[in-house]
Amino acid sequence: MFSHRLAPLAGLAVVAALLPLALTNNFLLNIAIVAGFNAIVCVGLNLLIGFAGQISLGHAGFFGLGAYASAVLVSTYGWPPLAALLAGAAAVGGLAFAVAKPILRLKGHYLAMATLGIGIIISIVLKTETKITGGPDGMPVDSFSLLGFAPYGERAWYWIVAALLVLAVWGALNLIDSPAGRALRAVHGAEVAAETLGVDTAGYKVMVFVLSAVMASVTGSLSAHYLGFITPGASDFFRSIELVTMVVFGGMASTFGAVIGAVVLTVLPQLLTSFHDYEAMVLGAILMLTMVFMPKGLVPTLSALIAPRRQV
Amino acid sequence: MQAPMVGERVAPVKPAKFLAPSPQPLSREGRGALSGDAITMGADFLQFLVSGITVGAIYALAGLGFAIIYNASTVINFAQGEFIMIGGMSAATLTAAGLPLPLAILIGCAAAMLGGVLLAKFAIEKARNASVVTLIIITIGASIFLRGLAEVVWGKEFHQLASFSGDTPILVLGAAILPQSLWVIGVALALILVIGFFFTRTLSGKAMLATSYNRLAAQLVGVNVRKVVLAAFALSAALGAVGGAVVTPITFSSSEMGIMLGLKGFTAAVLGGLGNGLGAVVGGLIVGIAEALSAGYLSSAYKDAVAFVIILLVLVFMPNGLFGKRGTERV
Amino acid sequence: MIDAASPAMMDTLAQAAPAAAERTAPLLRVENLSREFGGVLAIQDLSFTLPKGRIVSIIGPNGAGKTTLFNLITGVYTPTYGRILFDGRDIAGLPPYRLAARGMSRTFQNLQIFFNMSALENVMVGRHLHLDRGVLAALFRLPRLVRKDREARDLAAELMREVGLAKYIDAQASAMPYGALKRLEIARALAAEPKMLLLDEPAAGLNGTESREIDELIKRIAARGITVVLVEHDMKMVMGISDHILALNYGRKLAEGTPGEVSANPDVIAAYLGSMA
Repeated sequence: MFSHRLAPLAGLAVVAALLPLALTNNFLLNIAIVAGFNAIVCVGLNLLIGFAGQISLGHAGFFGLGAYASAVLVSTYGWPPLAALLAGAAAVGGLAFAVAKPILRLKGHYLAMATLGIGIIISIVLKTETKITGGPDGMPVDSFSLLGFAPYGERAWYWIVAALLVLAVWGALNLIDSPAGRALRAVHGAEVAAETLGVDTAGYKVMVFVLSAVMASVTGSLSAHYLGFITPGASDFFRSIELVTMVVFGGMASTFGAVIGAVVLTVLPQLLTSFHDYEAMVLGAILMLTMVFMPKGLVPTLSALIAPRRQV
Repeated sequence: MQAPMVGERVAPVKPAKFLAPSPQPLSREGRGALSGDAITMGADFLQFLVSGITVGAIYALAGLGFAIIYNASTVINFAQGEFIMIGGMSAATLTAAGLPLPLAILIGCAAAMLGGVLLAKFAIEKARNASVVTLIIITIGASIFLRGLAEVVWGKEFHQLASFSGDTPILVLGAAILPQSLWVIGVALALILVIGFFFTRTLSGKAMLATSYNRLAAQLVGVNVRKVVLAAFALSAALGAVGGAVVTPITFSSSEMGIMLGLKGFTAAVLGGLGNGLGAVVGGLIVGIAEALSAGYLSSAYKDAVAFVIILLVLVFMPNGLFGKRGTERV
Repeated sequence: MIDAASPAMMDTLAQAAPAAAERTAPLLRVENLSREFGGVLAIQDLSFTLPKGRIVSIIGPNGAGKTTLFNLITGVYTPTYGRILFDGRDIAGLPPYRLAARGMSRTFQNLQIFFNMSALENVMVGRHLHLDRGVLAALFRLPRLVRKDREARDLAAELMREVGLAKYIDAQASAMPYGALKRLEIARALAAEPKMLLLDEPAAGLNGTESREIDELIKRIAARGITVVLVEHDMKMVMGISDHILALNYGRKLAEGTPGEVSANPDVIAAYLGSMA
């Protein structure tokens, strides 16, 4: 069991450790870092969508709230960055908890619309409260520092993101293979049956929603410090859909699928610069084609072809 | 995002065109201010009410489109807003290219209907038995695809369309009402009546209703349910496209306009009770009026948020909407 | 052929069984139970008691309200009126996950298997209440959680052997045939160590041999002191294994008693329009 479970994680760690050798300039490192941030959010989102079978079309809102919490508390009020990050995570966790209970009673399109509504309201607030957030033009963010140490440059940030990604994946794999994780998957598999076996389905849905929201928030905070600047666009509907696309494309109910989906869909647009005008068309096409022809996503579909009957 | 500007009472002044649902502000003129002097509260209220009904009429058409498709196929078509956008953009760009208005609107309609039928045929049909999440993502993908396509074809700028019968506002009880508003309300009303007639008096309409009540039973009595689904998409697309064309003189059109319109149309449909066409119309008017009143009296910056607050409240407290049925799940 | 159960597993299951002396006290008492659906009374003023440690069958024509009754007892529906007392305490209105903690477990007429998991994991979910359920412990993979999970995995494998699914221990649930899945649901329900096990049409869709195997399995379960309540149409099975039968019709109690008493009851015969073996 040990090697079966941890081998892919070790593989990820090795790839992450060796990758900088191939990333020879800051431009490439930057792409890797952004891909890493997206991957962390997607690992959390995948727990919600792929494993628990729920949906969220507003997760970029939580990301944006975390980013702005850090930006505002650090740059405007002079808080230490770590405290701001934790405060943001706590606030987002609290918000997610408050809305989760009534919303996660809903299913299907209703749940999708409710999460969409929350995401859009957050995004509108961030865009409108110009005095606090700088409005549609965004605001600058001071750099991250902890106990005097401040990561400077792409390489430093790369190691931070890589380490956090490996940690996030490890945590997700642990969760999935635990009683709580099985309970979560049972909610997706047959909710009524799970209830009769003692699983507090409502509680677990709330838990995974809050967990994925907090992961998005923390990632948002760090991303804000890395980029040095944030705009409300980081929290808008399109960004939420991008995140869902990454999860869906890479593979729902597959942690590595989420990572791969994030990496592919972050790297691809960057590498094809003339792509930019067609970005929306391609994203839309990917969504449609994936769900019609590869509804389980890239990684599960491939692994079913390569090694049938093996679990990912 | 700006509040409707209230024209002065004294002389017929062209009021600035207010912005209906548009995710980006048209210009940086700043927020609309109420011109204090001789305007009574009643005139303000009437003004807001009319702009609310105008934009609500479009939401009603969008919501009706949602309802028609949902009834025929239990799919929520997140691309609904894009049909509106296609209608508006086609009308604007084709008339700018010299075509007469009715032809431009017709072509826009046809383009939207084609899009709807293709979506139904290639995406929805193939994913017939997929989960709800899958279908949602497919229609969202379609929405993004169509928006991207529109961006490529027409660019990101706003396009203008001349008002159908001029811009001279009509003064009613102190409120300045745009003639185009009357066009919007009139056309929407006409379309709704036509749809109503279609469903209650024509055989095809009844076939569509039958499919929504019980797909299998409808098949058994000879209804071609696949054609019904295609027809539903085509019909909703046409509704949206005409709505888009008729509202463009007021709101201008851009490739971005579809998202918000679609989402607010969905709010209207859910508010009225998903699947209930008349409910969707009522829902649309409620959302439009609520939006205009809160923009006028509370804060115009948060105008767009109103519809989403409404939908959250509806989903949490009465998910079956105003006119929906309460169902029990069989285990 | 069904393998013999291991001694360790026998011990575990036996510990859950109430002592012999308690066997005659009622485990379930239903008083004036009613449930309405949109104006139709699916269950009307139903009262009965079920003794402990017996095999009880609920029979009745289609639409008599058997599954509704099941759903009421297991918390899927709330009563419109009346009381349900399980182990002496009123449970009406409690959500199903709390009833599981009180010792109730069930299977479903239409399979409710977790097809997104392996067979073993399905059974392990049955152990949910006995394991470390917390999220933090899970995220950091604390040693105690890992140990208990390993024990649960072993117990799940034992249970699968006990119900005759030894060859599917490493299988995915989605790869298993219908008959095996019905038994998987039973193994899953047993993993919870219930006081009362409700089986909703366990023989539905099974052939003669498979039905007999289910028969044997039910008897073995009851022999350990677990009260088994079944809804079943297969009259041969019902008459063969039941200690007690409750007959329903149109949501009302038609008759109650031993198989001999119920099969001789003229109302029951009339309701079924046929003979019962």
